[in-house]
Amino acid sequence: MRKGKLWSAALIMLLVLSAALAACGNDDGKEGTASGDGEKSSGKEKTLVFGRGGDSTSLDPSRVTEGETFKVTVNLFETLVNFGEQDTTIQPGLAKEWETTDDGLTYTFHLEEGVKFHDGTDFNADAVVANFERWAGGDAEKFPYYSSMFGGFEGDEEAVIESVTAQDENTVVFKLKRPQAPFLKNLAMSMFAISSPEAFAKGDDDYERNPVGTGPFKFVEWKANDSITIEKNEDYWQEGLPKLDKVVFRSIPDNAARLNALTAGEIDLADGINPSDGEKIENDSNLQLFERPSMNVGYLGLTVTRPPFDKKEVRQAMNYAIDKQTIIDSFFEGRAELAKNPMPSSISGYNDEIEEYEYNPEKAKELLKQAGLEDGFEMELWAMPVPRPYMPDGTKVAEVIQSNLADVGIKAEIVSYEWATYLDKASKGEADAFMLGWTGDNGDADNFLYVLLDEDNIGSNNYTYFKNDETHKLFLEAQTEVDEDKRNELYMKAQEILHDEAPWVPLAHSTPLLGGAADLTGFKPHPTGSDLLSNVDFK
Amino acid sequence: MLSYIGKRLFQLIPVLLGMTFVVFMMIRAIPGNPAQVILGQQATPEAVAALNAKLGLDQPWYIQFFSYLKGIFTGDLGESMRTRLPVADEIWPYLAATLELALFAMIVAVVIGINAGIISAWFQNSWFDYTAMILALVGVSMPIFWLGLLGQWAFAIELQWLPTTGREQVRDPVSAVTHLYLLDAMLNGRFDQLWEVFKHLILPGLALATIPMAIIARMTRSSMLEVMRSDFIRTARAKGQKMFWVVYKHALKNAIIPVLTIVGLQMGMLLGGAILTETIFAWPGIGRYIYDAINYRDYPVIQSGILVVAFFFVMINLIVDLLYGVIDPRIKYD
Repeated sequence: MRKGKLWSAALIMLLVLSAALAACGNDDGKEGTASGDGEKSSGKEKTLVFGRGGDSTSLDPSRVTEGETFKVTVNLFETLVNFGEQDTTIQPGLAKEWETTDDGLTYTFHLEEGVKFHDGTDFNADAVVANFERWAGGDAEKFPYYSSMFGGFEGDEEAVIESVTAQDENTVVFKLKRPQAPFLKNLAMSMFAISSPEAFAKGDDDYERNPVGTGPFKFVEWKANDSITIEKNEDYWQEGLPKLDKVVFRSIPDNAARLNALTAGEIDLADGINPSDGEKIENDSNLQLFERPSMNVGYLGLTVTRPPFDKKEVRQAMNYAIDKQTIIDSFFEGRAELAKNPMPSSISGYNDEIEEYEYNPEKAKELLKQAGLEDGFEMELWAMPVPRPYMPDGTKVAEVIQSNLADVGIKAEIVSYEWATYLDKASKGEADAFMLGWTGDNGDADNFLYVLLDEDNIGSNNYTYFKNDETHKLFLEAQTEVDEDKRNELYMKAQEILHDEAPWVPLAHSTPLLGGAADLTGFKPHPTGSDLLSNVDFK
Repeated sequence: MLSYIGKRLFQLIPVLLGMTFVVFMMIRAIPGNPAQVILGQQATPEAVAALNAKLGLDQPWYIQFFSYLKGIFTGDLGESMRTRLPVADEIWPYLAATLELALFAMIVAVVIGINAGIISAWFQNSWFDYTAMILALVGVSMPIFWLGLLGQWAFAIELQWLPTTGREQVRDPVSAVTHLYLLDAMLNGRFDQLWEVFKHLILPGLALATIPMAIIARMTRSSMLEVMRSDFIRTARAKGQKMFWVVYKHALKNAIIPVLTIVGLQMGMLLGGAILTETIFAWPGIGRYIYDAINYRDYPVIQSGILVVAFFFVMINLIVDLLYGVIDPRIKYD
């Protein structure tokens, strides 16, 4: 009796459950289309959904320093000059041509004519002047990148730009106080994109959520932490572009979930693909793998103010002790270039003559002996808590380094903190040795060598506290040297000194991966990490 | 009754104040300078100093605390350091997303959990009882990210029944009115969107419901077992009442009080503790909002976010306490 009752009760529950599950099924009878796969390209509207790890902070690129913002704004705004399609060479942008005086102090830009901002106002020389006046009149808190790239604000001793004037409707003249070699490269950076003066005049804080540029797409909607939608600019000045009607940037924080969304066809493009998932995408006929040209470096920094890393021999010994190739094969799935300099080989001024420290534990022991440490020593090894494009798995790489060091008698204890704490403590010089990396902003050697290893940047980006009079002189000279060949020589020399002094163990220049739908065409990932989508289309 | 509610609400003030103070001190104890985090790795020391001054972080802590308190009493929850928007303005969409998900998860957990608990108690030591309790044990101990990713793989990739992540079909977005998307879709008269939004709720809702469902089932079972042994149940049976009515009417009414307490507590947990689910399913809720704020050291958002969640938590507990009296007239408020 009781048994019978139980069976019927169980049956009822089962029925309810299966009814609920059945309700989740597709009721439109379309077999084999994921529910996320709406009208992608077969319908009237071509919409690209781009999945990424986080939301933007702002949509005014001049106000922020984080990459998630620029991924969107590079499609809304344009700069006077552009980077190349997949490199950091300088190409025409809103300026179709320009001249520079021999002393490198005057730049004259001739602008494209008939270009309009999304709000219908004219783009012209006055608009360019208004943008630069807005930035120069701000402060470091408001426009953080402006001061770091152009030396300071209006009235500052160190400011590079003296004046920006409109010669006529379509000609802008920049006068500099002193030559700045990467000047054009700086102008091509996303944060110096030209906004509609009428739009930002309404208030800087309001403008962050109502961006108005000249770019191929216009801003539509922003759902915080969820999605940002932009649509085709019908009046775009470049004929036939953009090819898509809409782009939706979706924030999907978890890498595995993002890959799932891509596999299920809910998103058409995903960045931040783990190296270990690269092969899976290559083997899936519905997907294709994109490699972003490398413009980064992952390294182990040695804080030179903390003994025993104040001794050059110990720093060199660390370089001989670590087996970089094994690290690259194991954790980057081979998708990385072995690093021997602080910057990747694609950057002009890279010194290929440098002979790298080969993996040689014996030599490491010898050097330790020279430094009077034949019995080894104990140290803390700081491991990054978050995956980054230049370091997919900090903790695991740290374990390999730890065992390498143990082989030469160095006892390393792995330490890790939450990311913001990690950066804060490392910048104060509290780590013996720490893992970190850098992705370049503008493809210039100065943006790697001077920013990361010059005494001027101790306390900000030079976490090793490395100081050297010779390299300091070379870096400053290179900043104002406008002759490319002479400038490259200065950087080559600096890299020799850095190699010998060994404040870092450079590890790898990784190739960041993206996954996309198989029918996607015209997508070319850019080394800066901000991808222009005007040529992207569906087959 | 009304005076009881008034008294309870009055008691909340010191609780929330104390919590605000503790949170305030704790987030300032963790290393990491908000200005440095906001401005990123490229920041110059001057920029960091300027931002610190602008955010008032160069003031002594007690001045910062009292100016924050002053703001709260005038309905000002501070301004997010990162987005430069008033927290009071930006918090609602996140809260709405979490409320929608948590309510859905709770309904699932209560319906399935209570029924499974009842049947387990009714047929104690049967195969159903054993199976349900083993499942409950598994449910409590299963890591949510593993369960979530497994669910995505099974139902979204292999079966293609459900979407993997998000709240809506982004190719056809819901125009937000209340930010509760089920409601918004209905208000806009878009029943096709209502269906889409519902489908997006299922996977994260089930993932989030697993733990409370298991806890509720076990609690219901043990509470029911206790009641089923009491005299009045035997009397009811002796009077020839159908077992179904005995269980679902007499026994359940007496067994439900401790279950209700658990439901209240779990609901509070779901509001703030859904960070993992929100991460895996890219659900733009308040747990994720506070988590990101902690990473950015966005003090006003952390403080006010936790304050809002705590407020809901204590309100739910108050409602639960009032429900006791509705269910069991013997409970008096004084």
